[in-house]
This record gives sequence, structure tokens and C-alpha cells, in this order.
Amino acid sequence: MASLRDIKKRITSTKSTSQITKAMQMVSSSKMTRAEANAKAYVPYMEKIQDVVAAIAAGTTDGSHPMLVSRPVKKTAYLVITSDRGLAGGYNSNIIRAAKNAMEERHNSKDELVVIAIGRMASEFFAKRGYNVVDEEIGLPDQPSFADIKQIARKAVGMFTDGTYDELYMYYSHFVSAIQHEPTEKKVLPITDIATSSTTASYEFEPSGEAILEVLLPQYAESLIYGALLDGKASEHASRMTAMKSATDNANELIGSLTLVYNRARQAAITQEITEIVGGAAALE
Amino acid sequence: MKTITVNIVTPDGPVYDSEVNMVIAKTVTGEMGILPGHIPTVAPLVIGSIRLDSDNGTELVAVSGGFVEIRPDKVTILSPSAEIASSIDLARAKEAGNRAEQRLQSKQDNIDFKRAELSLKRAMNRINVKEGNI
Repeated sequence: MASLRDIKKRITSTKSTSQITKAMQMVSSSKMTRAEANAKAYVPYMEKIQDVVAAIAAGTTDGSHPMLVSRPVKKTAYLVITSDRGLAGGYNSNIIRAAKNAMEERHNSKDELVVIAIGRMASEFFAKRGYNVVDEEIGLPDQPSFADIKQIARKAVGMFTDGTYDELYMYYSHFVSAIQHEPTEKKVLPITDIATSSTTASYEFEPSGEAILEVLLPQYAESLIYGALLDGKASEHASRMTAMKSATDNANELIGSLTLVYNRARQAAITQEITEIVGGAAALE
Repeated sequence: MKTITVNIVTPDGPVYDSEVNMVIAKTVTGEMGILPGHIPTVAPLVIGSIRLDSDNGTELVAVSGGFVEIRPDKVTILSPSAEIASSIDLARAKEAGNRAEQRLQSKQDNIDFKRAELSLKRAMNRINVKEGNI
């Protein structure tokens, strides 16, 4: 059996670990609340832009804008949104696995696809395995603003427009609730699934429907990406909170069982001492 | 006087929501005055200012592009970023302007040229809106 001092040491170190995980849990939980609020604040913008895109797309019948047309697919881009740091349970690995499975299913070779990575985890994973990571964004703040990702979003949309790739899929974790989030795939470009809303206000276009689509569609695609990022951030914090909670629980359990072992060992030592004293005294008589 | 509801929405959340008498927006085809009862219209915006006239006076909002959606009783402005004049940080705007100017003058990288030009435009716009000269 381990000595008393060894057990004591383990208890102390487990205790300090649990203090850290407890603190991380609380930090994540407050971050999650804010991330959720951000995602909520974003909803009106997204809904509005969707409304207008749907109204215009319904109005202009020819649908000739390049971002609305599906063209033969030679190259596909995958935008994978993960976090920069680990310690978030299965958050990163779930997204990466979902993306990787889809890639392997759809493509025969890695030449047919490119990866755009948001977050260090995705970037390192795909770069290490020989995928072509064309762009990456690392070091985003916990509460990203639109300006933070404007550049990568614009680039992603731009590379579709100039024909670098013909499809853009997005992988991120969708925040369902604090304990549930699922890796989600979303096709960003070409824009195919525009929900035709019931608010069919017929608009005048100034100067023309095409000119507005020119401005609107890139903005729409960029905001899809931003929306996914906000969603992903909320699930990242939720995921980290859950992971840290279970780590704290495990640490407490471990401390409990170690304390039991410690007490038992201490008792055994005392008993042994008494036996020795009694034995010694008996020998003297 | 009849009023019209104005909503200015950005990805970072709503910026403005109130009743006004008249909206003047700078669109790609020129300035557009919007009164209550306007025909439903959609128009892209340039980097510029939105003027909101209400009974309490005139307010200016700096927007960086986006577009305006007009309905008879409601105007929605969707922009990547928007700031009400009173909340613009003048020092920061000036600093951003100087930075963009320096980048434009260094002329090292052609790819960055357009971006620097746009950010200079945005900074100038914010300074103008803050100082009220449009």
C-alpha cells in the first residue's frame, strides 16, 4: 500500500486540479451566456436579410446571378469551424470527424477539395493529414464581432466567385441547448435553399434586381458564415462547461476515495503502533 | 405628422429602433428621401450617412454599405456595421483613417490597395458623421 505521505500528496494535487476545473467551468458558463446572447442579437439581422433575398430571388425570375447557379463541381471547399483550444470534451473531434467522413465519402482524392479552417484545431488537423488548407483564421476572441471574420468570410465567398471552387460547405456545431449540440453541415454556396417566406411584398428595385443581388448575395453568404461561427462559439463554451463540470465531479469522487484510503492507512498505522507497544510491554513483564 | 419606423440592424445586433418623420439614405444611385407611405423598395447603400429627422431633431448614423429595405410603414437598414453619431469614437476613427492613408501611400502591395481605400472611406465617413458635415 502507498505510504501515508504519498496519498496525502495525491489528495492535495487532485484538489488543486479540481479547483482549476471548477474555475474553468464557471468562466465557460458565463462565456456561454454571453455567446448565447450574441447569437440571439444576430437573429433579427439574419431573418431580415433572408426575407429580402427570398423576395428578390422570387422577383427576378432569370436567376442568372453566379452565386445562385449550381455549376459542375470540380472542386469543393469545406469551411470547418472549431475552437483554438482543447479541453472542451468532444466538441472539436465531433466536428472534425463529421467533416472528414463527408470528405472521404464524397471524394476519391484530396485534390478534389480544399479546406478553410476557423480555429487552430481544424487547421492543425487537416494540415497534418495533407489536406490543402487554403485559409485559416486563428485567435478569434470569445465573443467575435462581424469585423473579426469579415476578411475570411469575404475571401471564402470571393474564391467561389472567381472559380477556385464550385461548392462551399460549412461544418460547425449547432447549439441546441446547454447540454446538447450537434455537428451540422450546411451548404453555403451556391445559394440554393432560400426559404420563400410568406411575406411576399413585391419590391421596387433601385437601380435593378440584379444590381441588388450583386451586393446582397455576398453579404448574405458572409452572414451565414458569421451566424455559424456564433452558433459554434456558444456550443464551444457549453461543451467546455460540461467537460469541466464532469472533470470537477471526477476529481471530487477521486478525492473521496483517496481520503478513505488515507484514513484506513492511518488507522492501520495507529493499530500497528498500539500492537507494538502492547507487545513490547508484555515482553517486559 | 405621420411617422415611419426605422430599424438599423447589424450582425452585432440592432443599433437603432425608433419612429422618425423622414429618412435620407445615400444609395448607389444617389440620395433617397423616404417619407411614411413609401412604395416597397430595396436599394443598396454606399459607405455614407443615414439622416433621421424626427420631432426631437436630426440624428446621423454612419453605415458601411449594406442595403435599405423600405415598406410603407417601416424602413429596415441592414449593414455590416453602423454607428450613431453620438457613439462614434472620434480619436479611433481618425487613427484608423491615418493608418489607411499610410497604407495607401506605401504602395507596396497591390492586393491591399482596395481594402485600404475602403477602410479610409469608412474612417472618413465616421469622422464626417461625427462632426456633422455631410
